[in-house]
Amino acid sequence: MDLTLKIWRQKGPQEKGQMVEYKVTDISEHMSFLEMMDVLNESLVAKNEVPIAFDHDCREGICGMCSLHINGEPHGPDRGITTCQLHMRTFKDGDTIYIEPWRAKAFPVIKDLIVDRNAFERIQQAGGYISVNTSGNTQDANAIPISKHNADLSMDAAACIGCGACVASCKNSSAMLFVSAKVSQFALLPQGRVEAADRVRNMVAQMDAEGFGNCTNTGACEVECPKGISLDNIARMNREYLKASI
Amino acid sequence: MTTLNSRVPEGPIKDKWTTYKENIDLVNPANKRNIDIIVVGTGLAGGSAAASLAELGYNVKAFAYQDSPRRAHSIAAQGGINAAKNYQNDGDSNYRLFYDTVKGGDYRSREANVYRLAEVSGAIIDQCVAQGVPFARDYGGLLDNRSFGGVLVSRTFYAKGQTGQQLLLGCYSAMNRQIARGKIEMFNRHEMLDVVKIDGKARGIIARNLITGELERHSAHAVVIATGGYGNVYFLSTNAMGSNATAAWKVHKKGAFFANPCMTQIHPTCIPRSGDYQSKLTLMSESLRNDGRIWVPAKIEDAKAIQQGKLKPTEIAEEDRDYYLERRYPAYGNLVPRDVASRAAKERCDAGYGVNATGEAVYLDFASAIHRYGSEQAKIHGISNPSKEKITELGEAVIEEKYGNLFQMYEKIVDDNPYKTPMMIYPATHYTMGGVWVDYNLMTTVDGLYCIGEANFSDHGANRLGASALMQGLADGYFVLPYTIGAYLSKDIRTGKIPTDTKEFDEAEKQAQERLEFFINNKGTHSVDYYHKKLGLVMWNKVGMARNEKNLKEAIKEIQEIREDFWKNVKVPGELNEMNVELEKAGRVADFLELGELFAKDALERNESCGGHFREEYVTEDGEALRDDENYAYVAAWEYTGKPSEAILHKEQLEFKDIELKTRSYK
Ligand SMILES: Cc1cc2nc3c(=O)[nH]c(=O)nc-3n(C[C@H](O)[C@H](O)[C@H](O)COP(=O)(O)OP(=O)(O)OC[C@H]3O[C@@H](n4cnc5c(N)ncnc54)[C@H](O)[C@@H]3O)c2cc1C
Ligand code: SF4
Ligand code: FES
Repeated sequence: MDLTLKIWRQKGPQEKGQMVEYKVTDISEHMSFLEMMDVLNESLVAKNEVPIAFDHDCREGICGMCSLHINGEPHGPDRGITTCQLHMRTFKDGDTIYIEPWRAKAFPVIKDLIVDRNAFERIQQAGGYISVNTSGNTQDANAIPISKHNADLSMDAAACIGCGACVASCKNSSAMLFVSAKVSQFALLPQGRVEAADRVRNMVAQMDAEGFGNCTNTGACEVECPKGISLDNIARMNREYLKASI
Repeated sequence: MTTLNSRVPEGPIKDKWTTYKENIDLVNPANKRNIDIIVVGTGLAGGSAAASLAELGYNVKAFAYQDSPRRAHSIAAQGGINAAKNYQNDGDSNYRLFYDTVKGGDYRSREANVYRLAEVSGAIIDQCVAQGVPFARDYGGLLDNRSFGGVLVSRTFYAKGQTGQQLLLGCYSAMNRQIARGKIEMFNRHEMLDVVKIDGKARGIIARNLITGELERHSAHAVVIATGGYGNVYFLSTNAMGSNATAAWKVHKKGAFFANPCMTQIHPTCIPRSGDYQSKLTLMSESLRNDGRIWVPAKIEDAKAIQQGKLKPTEIAEEDRDYYLERRYPAYGNLVPRDVASRAAKERCDAGYGVNATGEAVYLDFASAIHRYGSEQAKIHGISNPSKEKITELGEAVIEEKYGNLFQMYEKIVDDNPYKTPMMIYPATHYTMGGVWVDYNLMTTVDGLYCIGEANFSDHGANRLGASALMQGLADGYFVLPYTIGAYLSKDIRTGKIPTDTKEFDEAEKQAQERLEFFINNKGTHSVDYYHKKLGLVMWNKVGMARNEKNLKEAIKEIQEIREDFWKNVKVPGELNEMNVELEKAGRVADFLELGELFAKDALERNESCGGHFREEYVTEDGEALRDDENYAYVAAWEYTGKPSEAILHKEQLEFKDIELKTRSYK
């Protein structure tokens, strides 16, 4: 199929960006979206033009590196998948596709479609861990049984890939879904309970300091999250936060 | 010339590690504060090492090319991690894990390292659980296990299909704790381009800041390479796109020997390539072979019609199908080991019987399993004379229960319903058992230069069993390196800060700079990917699943030609001092173009078949791999002398004192 692409180009963080139009032809419906971008980039290199920078690595939907706002939606039109898992069969011959980077104050553009997600790193450094030493002198793993129910809930929260689609989809650029997933994973396990109050306080404080907006319960994040992270986590985090504040 | 000394401690295998730990020199905590360590790569191996070393008190500088340690390639591991906990009471023990791993590796790994791996495996699980890794649990709240290929016990711990992700998040959180304390300085989006040696010791690295394009000098008392495997030398593999050999190859050029480069694992059940644009391959769990039957059309005209889309698999009659694994291996059938299944699929496809447009796919068919399960369910539910539709419905439900998420993943990628029409699969490069040579201390042949995880060679021999790479990465990083590196650094407590304004740093930076400038200024005609794909094709066709002398000799010549053309005609747009993805790729492919040649040379030298290395000349009468313990029970460790073709072979003789060398038989 033949497509018209309108892609955000921005040389550097300080530079002004703009939408630039490109045409691609002979796109197979079996290609992934990123392979379509590869094809476009090959043609740009052939013309001695600078290819379009975009983030990606695993191309299996697990590393959380790929981003891309496609036709106004993070990771494009399909539900429950990342951009690297999006296939061109979702589009039609002759379509015009708009491709932009994540937009949020806390995610500044580095180049073209690549944004800086280090704000997420700093939030995790503020408390997204259990203070246990890696000495090998921990107690036997089966010494603390954990109910299957809680272990499963914790796993569901831990499945977050840190992609930032939740922020990009939110009208307030809130990072609540991401932060709540982290808080929940640990709060649901006995190992993580000990410092739960400090953790939630510190992580929330860092989240605010990074310039993420407030959550107004719109729920767009849950809809766009490729890993189905549930809004229940936000509720759980709010409870944890309340508990920690009194 | 450097000689090889594996530094394996004396004494019975069961006591080696304990005795070793009791007798090494320690570094006093106050002195640790004055010692810097560089860790390159923050996957499971590097991440766990960085966290543990920082916790011990060293100053750690960690580097990764992604924007966060959490995105390292380790995150993609699905199946699980082994540990000899014997929670299932099915007779597991350290010795058994050790035995399975050495045997699984076709007796080409180092006994002492593998025993130590088995010995610390239990502590890995304790550690990860304490960190909050949500492993699967049974209803009693205890940890659950599954079993994996090649073993008779249930020793694999898992977190849904996302074990690698959860383990990596565990060591990433341990890193975060140390980053917050200021004990780890994390350099994201940085790529190591060279190692700096001073007086024969590794004392720092040259790294490129991938955002600004600037070259940076970083010094330390020791350098740890944890940069993963080199499977992307094939262009298409199950590895992440950015996985590369640059750091390992650069240390090789600076004196670290490179061991067994030809030992690569090809995984039989991957989603096949669908066209020339394909960028990478996706693994489907091997567990599917428990119920799927593998076949291709028996008649070449049927195969052609399928390739052209004129015929559907379901339209081919039972008697016109060739269940080639069942035909060739009646005893094991579809459950033959990875290397056998892979080679058999390639043989059929090469003969023209492939079943997709590119002719590189075979069917994995669940129809008979669905029928079998469906009939069984009908009986269980007391349905007499069930209709065909009813049986299918019941059978599909059973299959969905077992493999639902895999079927869904397949459908997303291929856009075909695998319940209704057979899956297509094809082998793909998956894991590299070869790597930088290290001794028992995990130190390379360069003083103060260490190598851990998939980047080193020591533990898996010629073939890796499932669920053992994650185990090795974490064992190295959490529990082995923190001891062994301390023994080395205990001699460095009076050295003080290593300056970066020395001639060695000048020289290394200058070389890196000149190379980058070359790429930008070359203004050639072909893209970097053009060359990478060409190399990949030669590697796959001539240094792939089956190798022979003639092909290997041709491959060496062809790789040299591609390399020559690359250095004349490669084109890299953009500028030096900016984020430049093409420039990053150019450096990596330049290194693959040299590594590929050594890989082929190593394969040519090894006149035997073992594990992932299959030489067509060395087979038993019934076509099985023929190992030659008499002449090849050694590690091939290559020394760089200026050109890959002139690398010098050193041999580390492997001793098997605790395990008897036996033929691996699958019949
Ligand atoms: C699809 C898939 C499934 C798998 N499933 C399993 C499984 O179920 N069980 C199992 O045991 N194993 C499995 N494996 C294998 C296992 O995942 C890997 O062998 C292992 O994770 C490698 O870990 P590592 O830490 O050595 O390297 P990696 O995780 O590859 O980390 C490499 C690190 O090095 C960095 N890096 C690389 N080059 C440079 C450079 N020049 N400068 C700076 N940084 C650099 C990267 O940024 C990264 O941080 C699987 C592999 C794949 C591909
Ligand atoms: S919560 Fe979902 S959308 Fe947000 S970072 Fe995690 S996986 Fe991405
Ligand atoms: S590239 Fe890893 S999630 Fe898309």
